[in-house]
Amino acid sequence: MTTEPEKRTGLVPRWARWTAVTSIVVFVVVPISTLVVWSFAFRWNFPNILPTEWGLRAWSYTASDSSRVLEGLWNSTRLALLVTGMAIVVGLPASRALGQHEFRGKSTVEWLLMMPIIVPALVATMGIHQIFIRLRLTETLFGVALVHLIPAIPYFVLVMASVFANYGTALEETARTLGANRYRVFRYVTLPAISSGLLVASMFTFLISWGQYVTTLLIGGGTFVTLPLVLFPFLSGGNNSTAAAISLVFVAPAIVVLVLTSRQLSRDSALMGGFGKL
Amino acid sequence: MTSTPMTARRIRNGLKIPLMLAPALGLVVVLFGGGILVGLGQSLGYFPAIGLNEFTFSNYTTVLTDRNFLISLWLTFRIAAVTTVLSSVLAIAFTLVLREKFAGSKITTFLFQVPLPVPHLVAASGIILLITQSGLIARIATAVGLMDTPADFPALVFDKGGVAIILTFLWKEVPFVGLVILAILQSVGPQYEEQARTLGANARQRFRHVLLPLIMPGVMSTSIIIFAFTFANYEIPLLLGVRFPSTLPVVAFREYQDPDLALRPQAMAISIVLAVVAILLLIAYRRLARSAVK
Repeated sequence: MTTEPEKRTGLVPRWARWTAVTSIVVFVVVPISTLVVWSFAFRWNFPNILPTEWGLRAWSYTASDSSRVLEGLWNSTRLALLVTGMAIVVGLPASRALGQHEFRGKSTVEWLLMMPIIVPALVATMGIHQIFIRLRLTETLFGVALVHLIPAIPYFVLVMASVFANYGTALEETARTLGANRYRVFRYVTLPAISSGLLVASMFTFLISWGQYVTTLLIGGGTFVTLPLVLFPFLSGGNNSTAAAISLVFVAPAIVVLVLTSRQLSRDSALMGGFGKL
Repeated sequence: MTSTPMTARRIRNGLKIPLMLAPALGLVVVLFGGGILVGLGQSLGYFPAIGLNEFTFSNYTTVLTDRNFLISLWLTFRIAAVTTVLSSVLAIAFTLVLREKFAGSKITTFLFQVPLPVPHLVAASGIILLITQSGLIARIATAVGLMDTPADFPALVFDKGGVAIILTFLWKEVPFVGLVILAILQSVGPQYEEQARTLGANARQRFRHVLLPLIMPGVMSTSIIIFAFTFANYEIPLLLGVRFPSTLPVVAFREYQDPDLALRPQAMAISIVLAVVAILLLIAYRRLARSAVK
């Protein structure tokens, strides 16, 4: 507010700003509102710009048992929650080690943990599928969750290591010197300091599991059905209204996450900055 | 006697970090690595379930001499490369605008982030409704008199060039790269640019010699993530691409799921080649980008 003139660090001319803002609005708002309109369209033939008849047919079909949307919603939700819980248990100690400690072989460990997002996972998924058949883990919630955990861990660790690196250990040491035990230090010092970062990392882990398609198809064997598996045939079958309605159900948690985290994403440089340090 | 607790503590401290790393490393090394090992074994002829246990390169020679494989590899590479380059360039352009404060900059930044958590299939769904030959854009073009029938609109979905596939990926990845760049710019602050300005650098020089070197390491990282992701993605090319040529993940998965189990070793060979090509390209890219930055 004080003496900063608006164009202090500005590099872009006015027309460029105008173009960027317009294209962001068009490219984000138009596809999403088209989905909403299609989900309420009863008849919408070419070349009408708007539906000629409106109706709730797509939504009532979406809510019916025969669409399997509710089954998929239930499976997707408990699966993503389980994956998030597992990611916290498995990933938090590793993130802390990488974010706050120096040790021999650190860069090797970092590269190993990043492997699942660098090496195409297809061959690993197929191999795991055959291991899981033998272990009787296919078509189970736990088996699918384990496979979702593989792409989730690198992202979770990237974000949380960056969060841990950004906050010092001085307060923890003070608390320990004052006689707090391990649990109390974690509960009253560490956790409050990392909680907002942890929330964001957890939500993105949730969304990674939520969006998985081919891993669920393979390990779930077609009997463990999640939302993307329910949606796919409607998309490829060209049933626009139903596909739009299911897409909107599928996108709902993403919107919730966005509203909860958008301020932190653009403000807290530790959160997204972690991806820039690969 | 006093040395025993000391030794115990030293051992405990020495074990602390390995123990913290063990669960995550175990998962990646045992599960991910184990899966790759099984796949590698099968591609080399070890598949006891159907009575194969002789070492052979034949799956690789079959795959690598297949013309269709090379066509698919090229398509997969082209889609991933175009997506990676375009998403980096577009993201840099958008962040140059979004880092400034102007009327409506907050809501614009919010809208810019919207695609980040949206699942890829939903993005594809929106793209389909817009750009098919009877999609919203074709309808608007008809209304303003640019065309008459859906056939007049170019086939962007189910086309051999993969335009719809690239558009879907771009819609998802541009905000991802953009937010990483914004985070970097925020942690660096404006002081370098101000110094350059004080020293008389114009806007182009400040961009080329100050801003770009600051954000390039971040753009390099996100490029690697995006290339690897789009190179290996299955459902988007399956949904929006043609049956031939398909991208390699689609081909590999089709063969893997074939009722004829004898095709599985080939599916594994394709996936291994895909992974090896991805790793080689990424190593080459890192070398190149590093020397370019220096």
